[in-house]
Amino acid sequence: MRLWSVVCGLWSILGAPALAGTLPDERVDMLYHRYDGGGVTIDGPSILVRKNFADKVSVAANYYVDMVSSASIDVIATASPYEEERTQWSIAADYLSGSSTYSAGFINSEESDYVANTWFAAVTQSMFGDLTTVTMHYKQGANDIYRNISGVRDPGFAQDSKTRTWGVSLSQVITKNMLGSFNFDVISDEGYLNSPYRSVRYVDPTAQNGYSYQAEIYPETRTSNALSTRLAYFLPYRAVIAAWYRYYNDSWGIVGNTGDLTYTQPVGNRWVFAGSVRYYTQTSADFYSDLFPRRDYANFLARDKELASYTAVTLGAIASYAFNVPRAPWIKRAEATVRYDFMTIDYDDFHDVTQPAAVPGTEPLYSLDANIFQAIFSIWF
Amino acid sequence: MRRSTLHFARLVLAISLGAGALSACSPIEPWVKPYERENLADPIMAGDRFPISTSYLDHVFEVREGSRGATGAGGGGCGCN
Repeated sequence: MRLWSVVCGLWSILGAPALAGTLPDERVDMLYHRYDGGGVTIDGPSILVRKNFADKVSVAANYYVDMVSSASIDVIATASPYEEERTQWSIAADYLSGSSTYSAGFINSEESDYVANTWFAAVTQSMFGDLTTVTMHYKQGANDIYRNISGVRDPGFAQDSKTRTWGVSLSQVITKNMLGSFNFDVISDEGYLNSPYRSVRYVDPTAQNGYSYQAEIYPETRTSNALSTRLAYFLPYRAVIAAWYRYYNDSWGIVGNTGDLTYTQPVGNRWVFAGSVRYYTQTSADFYSDLFPRRDYANFLARDKELASYTAVTLGAIASYAFNVPRAPWIKRAEATVRYDFMTIDYDDFHDVTQPAAVPGTEPLYSLDANIFQAIFSIWF
Repeated sequence: MRRSTLHFARLVLAISLGAGALSACSPIEPWVKPYERENLADPIMAGDRFPISTSYLDHVFEVREGSRGATGAGGGGCGCN
């Protein structure tokens, strides 16, 4: 059985570094999430609890579930639809000492054919009258990869990989209405980095449709650099406009550019509305091809559409309603939020092989639309 | 991989030394006083009003995109077969 998913980012349990010298708010967040697009449906719950102790220590714990039902184009082309479940738990602690915060944590993610264990540590230092905050973080993950055949683990297949991340971020108060931030990450992987299920296709004149498949082959190392910056501006009538940009490149030849613009508008004391647009584009990996000229054409072969060249646009809308909870004086505030995102992806060099074509490689280009829904209930205590 | 790591270590060292030198040698007068930060402290200024949601969306994008990292606190280990 294939797997879809991942250990989430550390954002939820590390907390924002912008307010060094103070601990994050004590809160509980409950999330229901649902992704539906490209023949894939993934939904499930997540709960995040953060509690502070003695104004010095903050502890956060998260439990997250993905329930996957997949009949994606990759699956339809070369395998059978499948269902899968991934569970993830994580715990993190922050220790506040003067203007420094020390953080550490652990994440475990398990699927039937993939186990990932990741630990991380970070140091945050506030300086210049708390106008500047610098964070340095390191993360290391160990992954065990297996392969399922007809829903049963293949005893003859076991691989592993390691991921390391070094990062530095800086948050800066620019004016009394403007905040800026900067992030730089170097990520290195080594080990088994491809999928035991995915295949590449190549021209095969002896095949009925003119092509055949063989297993993909990836390099065993990958090094990535990602650089991002964000500016948020508080408008005179209590609204915020924020822009985010990221430049990315890696040793596989992928160059990515991401831009995001978000506008947030409170209405009265209880409602907050927000809208966002996100634009993403990337070049393909050096060893990617939709159709290789022949079998074993090169040392490395990939037809993973995430390594193809494409452009994606995501439009988002958020509505939050704040309220008090009667008969629960220990709850300072509660908020109910719904978020909807529509994502559309147009691939430049990934063809839809489910569409017939007289000549291999002339099938229509593949595109994907996805609906992403979230419902969040939060309390602060 | 080693070259990138070395470059990153140099960058971190330079930032640390620069910040340390600046903070030690010349006390910088904050140009935004603490009492002027009311707008900056407004929750709507935060990049992640709902960290649980931010984390989820980062995950959605990460498994579909070749790009990764620099989202604010670093991504997680990935098992995207």
